[in-house]
Amino acid sequence: MAKVTFKTDICKGCGLCIEACPKKLLVIAKDKINKKGHSPAEMTDQSKCIGCAFCATMCPDCVITVEK
Amino acid sequence: MVVFDKPKALTDAPLHYCPGCTHGIIHRLVAEAIDELGILGKTVGVAPVGCAVMAYDYFACDMVEAAHGRAPAVATGLKRAMPENVIFTYQGDGDLASIGMAETVHAATRNENITVIFVNNAIYGMTGGQMAPTSLPGQVTQTSPYGRDVKTVGYPIRVCEMLSALDGPELIQRVAVNNVKNVMAAKKAIKKAFQNQIDGKGFSLIEVVSSCPTNWGMTPSNALKWLEENMIPYYPLGVYKDRSAKEVK
Repeated sequence: MAKVTFKTDICKGCGLCIEACPKKLLVIAKDKINKKGHSPAEMTDQSKCIGCAFCATMCPDCVITVEK
Repeated sequence: MVVFDKPKALTDAPLHYCPGCTHGIIHRLVAEAIDELGILGKTVGVAPVGCAVMAYDYFACDMVEAAHGRAPAVATGLKRAMPENVIFTYQGDGDLASIGMAETVHAATRNENITVIFVNNAIYGMTGGQMAPTSLPGQVTQTSPYGRDVKTVGYPIRVCEMLSALDGPELIQRVAVNNVKNVMAAKKAIKKAFQNQIDGKGFSLIEVVSSCPTNWGMTPSNALKWLEENMIPYYPLGVYKDRSAKEVK
């Protein structure tokens, strides 16, 4: 099963990963704020992730690690 | 099994770039190319003046900071003094296409064996969004509030088209980072530019059409859409010069 982990503290909440996800599984966690003062991206349903790494490919800050 | 992780050629320093700035993607592509070619220990980068001025904090290889626009001249010196090392420059459009135009053209025509990564976001990012040589006709910037008027300030410079007219350079290619497909193509091009240098083929320049959400006044995803609709038609993607490909034919 694919697993996506976010280095939440360096996420800037730009949302490029959200646009890239073919399954539309990612959202900005509006109720959270990280050390940088941004609301970070997070996974909504890990079980539906296909591990394509499109999110990580578009992430400018290397926030995302994808495992399969 | 890890499918995707941060490349080793990038340090752990968090990038200072604005949210959604594609500099981060391009940094990663360069670092992935360095990792995959196994040249981290012998690579020396030359940082520009511009938003990427602090690239020396982010790349895990040795870095030199050049005066504004002079990165190809500094890289020329490094490469000639240390021909066994891999030398790349990382420059923006305000650096390479404006004050550094002479150094760029002459390094290209001498076919210096260096790799140039040229990030074109059609604006001066670091200084606050002034009109750049690559700003599009009609584009609103801090110094062209009514849009770029080509009658008074001229037309944007298409660097790839211009350099491909020279006999010198080995590889001149334009790529973009607006979607996953283009990012993957950009990675392939950047890797090829490094491979060319290792093979001693000569000057390879990869122009990366990128975005500047902050100074364009857009959200990161809208900036990528604007890039696709406005910049790519003016700056068509593709290989403008590849001498090795010609020899194969």
